[in-house]
Amino acid sequence: MEAAPLSAPRYDDASVRRFITATVLWGIVGMLVGAILALQLAWAPANLGLPWTSFGRLRPLHTNAVIFAFTGNALFAGIYYSMQRLLKTRMWSDTLSSVHFWGWQAIIVLAAVTLPLGMTQGKEYAELIWPIDLLIAVVWLVFAANFFGTIAIRKVKHLYVALWFYMSMVITITVLHVVNNLALPATLTRSYPVYSGMTDALVQWWYGHNAVGFLLTTPILGLMYYFLPRAAQRPVFSYRLSIIHFWALVFLYIWAGPHHLLYSALPDWAQTVGMVFSLMLLAPSWGGMLNGLLTLRGAWDRLRTDPILKFWVAAITFYGMSTFEGPMMSIRAVNALSHFTDWTIAHVHAGALGWVGESVFAMLYYMAPQVWNRKLHSVSLATTHFWLATVGIVLYVVAMWTAGVTQGLMWRAFDEAGLLQYPNFVDTVRTLNPFYWIRLLGGLMYLGGIIVMAWNLYKTATSDSSNALEA
Amino acid sequence: MESNWHRNLLEHRSGLFAALTTVVISIGGLVEIAPMFSVPLDTTGITVPTPLEVAGRDIYVREGCYNCHSQMIRPMRAETVRYGEWSRANEYAYDRPFQLGSRRIGPDLMRVGGKYPDAWHYEHMRDPRSTSPGSIMPPYSWLLEDKVDVADIQASVNALRTLGHPYPADLDVGASMREQATAITGRLAESKITVDPDREIVAVIAYLQNLGVDGKKLYATAGSQ
Ligand code: HEM
Ligand code: HEM
Repeated sequence: MEAAPLSAPRYDDASVRRFITATVLWGIVGMLVGAILALQLAWAPANLGLPWTSFGRLRPLHTNAVIFAFTGNALFAGIYYSMQRLLKTRMWSDTLSSVHFWGWQAIIVLAAVTLPLGMTQGKEYAELIWPIDLLIAVVWLVFAANFFGTIAIRKVKHLYVALWFYMSMVITITVLHVVNNLALPATLTRSYPVYSGMTDALVQWWYGHNAVGFLLTTPILGLMYYFLPRAAQRPVFSYRLSIIHFWALVFLYIWAGPHHLLYSALPDWAQTVGMVFSLMLLAPSWGGMLNGLLTLRGAWDRLRTDPILKFWVAAITFYGMSTFEGPMMSIRAVNALSHFTDWTIAHVHAGALGWVGESVFAMLYYMAPQVWNRKLHSVSLATTHFWLATVGIVLYVVAMWTAGVTQGLMWRAFDEAGLLQYPNFVDTVRTLNPFYWIRLLGGLMYLGGIIVMAWNLYKTATSDSSNALEA
Repeated sequence: MESNWHRNLLEHRSGLFAALTTVVISIGGLVEIAPMFSVPLDTTGITVPTPLEVAGRDIYVREGCYNCHSQMIRPMRAETVRYGEWSRANEYAYDRPFQLGSRRIGPDLMRVGGKYPDAWHYEHMRDPRSTSPGSIMPPYSWLLEDKVDVADIQASVNALRTLGHPYPADLDVGASMREQATAITGRLAESKITVDPDREIVAVIAYLQNLGVDGKKLYATAGSQ
């Protein structure tokens, strides 16, 4: 490896700091909206009788905010931080970095305005209207140019495993976004997809599943490969395993979309292919989980004192759990029960709050002190955050599993005369009420944890130079 | 080391790595999606949504009803008994965007057409708990006030026609909407509900009352028991 030039400023950490700040702020907004949704399901008057606060318009705001704003900014922060260090070079273009940051925030603000106004394409996770979609495409290509430009001028020839995962995200999201959003505008705010009916549904879930795969899963694995060995001060367990599980994961992932359309009017062969590939996906997913957990071998004693390692272990465990649950839910007989119920919501949030959220927190607690050059303000507050988040997740997920299975069973219950036991749908809704309150409690704890983190990071960033990591 | 080939071949060559990744992530989608375009749907018996129904559907999408309601009845006894005939692919032929949904916070709506009188829908949208005690659906009282803009729907019809919906070239969107809407407001008047035909609620009722009706006619004697 070449010696890095000592001339300051070597790396663009200003961009990293901005992306971190945006992550925390949008995280609070997005999860606050999640908590409002949770309240609306437990107590309907919280819809307030206004168009822009009704559940149907706010739910896409939550999903877009947590996926594109919270997770998106976190990914960019982690990628900008790690790729400069891995490649021993500054980001290719400061201008592009800046356009990328502000462009992405503009998209989020536009989303936050248009979605409550009811401007939507009506496809899950692809709700944003066509002018915003165009803007997304442009900003994403700016990011891609900066990403590949940085790789082109790299000072380290070898591409470390984290970068493979990042690269797969940059490429796949481009393809998914363009293909799924092909639409004919009718007005400035409304368009119709070029596909109709089941074709539209298949394209959408090819997109939907892989947007999850290539925003909430593969790039986070990349971040894990960079940040976990540093936090654990241990090398990655197995380089060979990382090669195998990377290629298997990116190949298999794409095929699994139809598990969102089981028992639908999609051709049977496509449903079966989706189910089989989802089952196979278990292997590379657990490959990643094992490579993560085994990287911690010999560092387990530090788990007691280091909140960053706590976050990593919990995150990877939730990853293992949701990637076991997911393939199970792809089995037709299981999906027959789980589909349409809160079981899906439990699965989503075990992945999202557990794997995505806790990985992001682990990364932020490691990275923020580095880029602000200050010791973390309070380790014990970070530990508090860990417990708030983890207990919050358990409450959320257990409540939603119970609610999902309960309602699923009620929908299919027949009495002795062969009639539906609960013919009135509302009866099955009433049963869920206590679980919705428990979920709200779990969600508020999780949100509370993030607010604690925001304070901790703020104090870290603004403390004086006597707390510097290095002079 | 055994994996040297990977390092030498790929990890030192970003262009090749990116190209290979692109190939690997493209295969699954191509294999699954491409065949969907090769089999044309049989649309015999499936009517094209009228302009008023298009307006109603746009409102359904705008309000995000799909966040709580599915339009997909699965071929299982528990579903066909509760909701009616299971869903066939050609019934969705004119669905842009598709609205199958992934959640049932409320019941499936695939075959809600004709299940309730127009007046029930009017009251239910105004205040869901007045017709369905215990429901957690939000009220949509603004639909009773807000007006549908004919020019707006003309734009929708034009776009849909370009995409292949067979609307006659001389279709008078305004007249068609007025005619269908006054039929609905007439029925509402019989239930002592007075509402102007240009209100959004009327379009929503037109849309809901048409849901699954064609399929019911086509498949009524088939699967369900
Ligand atoms: C305080 C934390 C959170 C709370 C209280 C919360 C609450 C909710 C609620 C109430 C829903 C609607 C559920 C339903 O349809 O019945 C929802 C949906 C969803 N949330 Fe969250 N959420 C939180 C955090 C997150 C995070 C961090 C992510 C992702 C990174 C996320 C991703 C999603 C997704 C993808 C859906 C849609 C699921 C589907 O369509 O099946 N949420 N959330
Ligand atoms: C091997 C890995 C996985 C498989 C095979 C898988 C499979 C599934 C299945 C079968 C569903 C339910 C579809 C339905 O009935 O509607 C689902 C929903 C979902 N999963 Fe996973 N899952 C996996 C991992 C994950 C992870 C790690 C996350 C999050 C970080 C995640 C996020 C989601 C989301 C957001 C949905 C809801 C989609 C929607 O209906 O809107 N999944 N997944």
